[in-house]
Amino acid sequence: MAIPLVYNVRNLRLRLGATVMTVLGIALTVSIAIFIMGLLRGLQQAFVTSGDPQNVLVLRKGADAELSSVISRDSLQIMKFLPGVAHDEQGEPLASGEMVVAIVLPRADGTGEVNVSVRGMTPTGFKLRPRVKLARGRWFTPGLREVAVSQSIQSRFSRADLGTTMQFGKGSWTVVGVFDAGGTAHDSEIWADVNQMASDFDRPIYSSVLLHATDKASAEALTHRVSDDQRLKLEGMLETDYYARQTRSGDPIKFVGILVAIIMAIGSCFAAMNTMYAAVTYRAREIATLRVLGFSRPSILASFVLESLLIALLGGLVAIVLMSPLNNLTTGTSNLVTFTEVVFRIRMSVGVLTVALAFAAIMGVFGGLAPAWHAAKQDILSALRE
Amino acid sequence: MTLSRFVYKNTSRNKRRSLLTILSIAFSLLLLTLMISVYRGFYIDKGSADSALRLVTRHRVSLTFFLPASYQQKIRTIPGVVEVVPIEWFGGRYKDDRPENFFAQFGTNPEELFKVYKDWQIPPDQLQAWVRDRAGAVVERKLAEKHGWKLGDRLTLMGTIFPVNLELTIRGIYDSTSSDQALYFNWTYVEESVRWAKGQMGLFAILVDSPESVARVSSSVDDMFRNAPEPTKTETEKAFELGFVSMLGNVKAFILSISLAVVFAILLVSANTMAMSIRERIREVALLKTLGFTKLSILALFIGEAVTLSLIGGLLGVLSANSLVKVVANSPAGQMLSGLTVTFPTLVVAVIVAVLVGVLSAIVPAYRASRLNIVDGLRHIG
Repeated sequence: MAIPLVYNVRNLRLRLGATVMTVLGIALTVSIAIFIMGLLRGLQQAFVTSGDPQNVLVLRKGADAELSSVISRDSLQIMKFLPGVAHDEQGEPLASGEMVVAIVLPRADGTGEVNVSVRGMTPTGFKLRPRVKLARGRWFTPGLREVAVSQSIQSRFSRADLGTTMQFGKGSWTVVGVFDAGGTAHDSEIWADVNQMASDFDRPIYSSVLLHATDKASAEALTHRVSDDQRLKLEGMLETDYYARQTRSGDPIKFVGILVAIIMAIGSCFAAMNTMYAAVTYRAREIATLRVLGFSRPSILASFVLESLLIALLGGLVAIVLMSPLNNLTTGTSNLVTFTEVVFRIRMSVGVLTVALAFAAIMGVFGGLAPAWHAAKQDILSALRE
Repeated sequence: MTLSRFVYKNTSRNKRRSLLTILSIAFSLLLLTLMISVYRGFYIDKGSADSALRLVTRHRVSLTFFLPASYQQKIRTIPGVVEVVPIEWFGGRYKDDRPENFFAQFGTNPEELFKVYKDWQIPPDQLQAWVRDRAGAVVERKLAEKHGWKLGDRLTLMGTIFPVNLELTIRGIYDSTSSDQALYFNWTYVEESVRWAKGQMGLFAILVDSPESVARVSSSVDDMFRNAPEPTKTETEKAFELGFVSMLGNVKAFILSISLAVVFAILLVSANTMAMSIRERIREVALLKTLGFTKLSILALFIGEAVTLSLIGGLLGVLSANSLVKVVANSPAGQMLSGLTVTFPTLVVAVIVAVLVGVLSAIVPAYRASRLNIVDGLRHIG
């Protein structure tokens, strides 16, 4: 017969001090795990939601980022007329030749300067990114040194407010608009007119070309058509694949995070074990009495493991409450593929929270197993005599 | 029996509890030492004396823009400049895309590189061999060991920024005191194959003659090119490296908050242990008081016990931190912080933290125990 859970709950209340301290200890460990998983989840989301499976991104062969790719204007003309490229209402092919450069901007909170991507856009480029919406101001005027910045860039960097100017190329560019990129990687970008940028940088070339295919199947075919074309020497890839590859930017965070979480978890396990051993010793006579009453060894074992699990889960819940204000907080890190800033939000998704609770549960079970075993194996007579 | 012997007896009374407490504290201190080491490496360590004499000049707008190679001669004319070497990030792919095959590759001028990086050691005959071979390369010793490269080995780097595949022969293996595990090759190789790369450089490393010249030279360089089409930004080598760290995000806050969480966690563990053991010994405390022990000696007894435990745990953690730091330094995350070591001051700081935690954790329960009314204490049932 199982010992009722109420017995454990009452015991936890009785030893309130020890319970609270152990719960807090576990909560700290779980908090760190939640924080790191939230960062990674947010980063992943920023990249995963960025691409459109119907878009094909074209780069120079061998280049792994737009920043390091070069495409001639002639190549764009060839690609425009490849089979599989969709057309807009006016019959124009949906192909956008864009230019990406990186400029340095100082962070608003004074923690240093970082590289930010500036994208030279075309009117077609806007059509290919329907999720990007103007939030304030207006879009830049072609032929003028004007830029629109994403909301994240505007809030995270100084010199990025409406009406301020940035220095790059051959002059100063005025910020005339702020756009909302809907959580995509464009959230970390500044947009300007591609032709104005080309003339400012004396480079009549594109960094990348974005093609919109008629449907998903032809997008796949289009990537091969571009990569195999001997005239082009370019490489086509699905836009979604391009961004998925960049999730490896989270690798340093992941490594440090896992290391820290494991070490802290081991420490917390020992602490939980300590508390549980004390509980077992303290209740030795009680346990013996339960045994006399007919509760079996397995049910004693289960009861103590459950008690430890309860402490750990409580710790997990406290951690979730503690960390919840950080949900959706905007932060940034370096994109390790492009070496420019990628802005993302910390996401405490259901998945993250489930893993966090599971993590707490593991600590609880490991911390409780040995003491519970000790309790179950105890000799009845000597325990009663103590 | 002296007080210290009494403390020792008490700690070894419940061996299992002491061991668990010590282990728990040891793991936390291990982590804390790692965090302090990383923090020190980034923000406190000034770098070697030679590194402090080096400046890095790059394009004002961003590292991704090139500077004209002709700047090298102009920078050389500035008083205080000993030597200048151009350096360009190649960013090629070795074998495949896997992170363990990623390492830094730079194009440079073989005759000037080791004059600026005077603290790097390379046998003169190997340097000669590199200067003579246009398709030669030198690699840092740790990098060579990692990939099992020997002198004369050939390797191919596929260009990602520059459309050229380099077929290089390893001509030299050098030792460096700093963290860079890199490969250097002759930039002429790329210039000859990629037309638009000719005369373009990513950055210039400058060696100045004395620490006093650092600030003056760096502003002279930037002043010189202020109104040029390609303006520059010059900073010390350390500041340049820190720029990469700050790109990763708010690393400082990240490290500090983890450290704070760790310290708080040990405090909880230690306080819990002390609270439990004092609670079990209330009758004993009353007995000690009856025997004439003063409040102060009871306070000392318990605080001594807590400090002993946290000190042993702390030492254990701190001493094993060195191997953990080595693991981190060789990890993918460690590329930015390899060369990371645990220094003696770091050890001292970590141990002091352990002792302070011990004292803090015991103060409240020990104070209560010392103020205990004898009669109540004797009547107490465990």
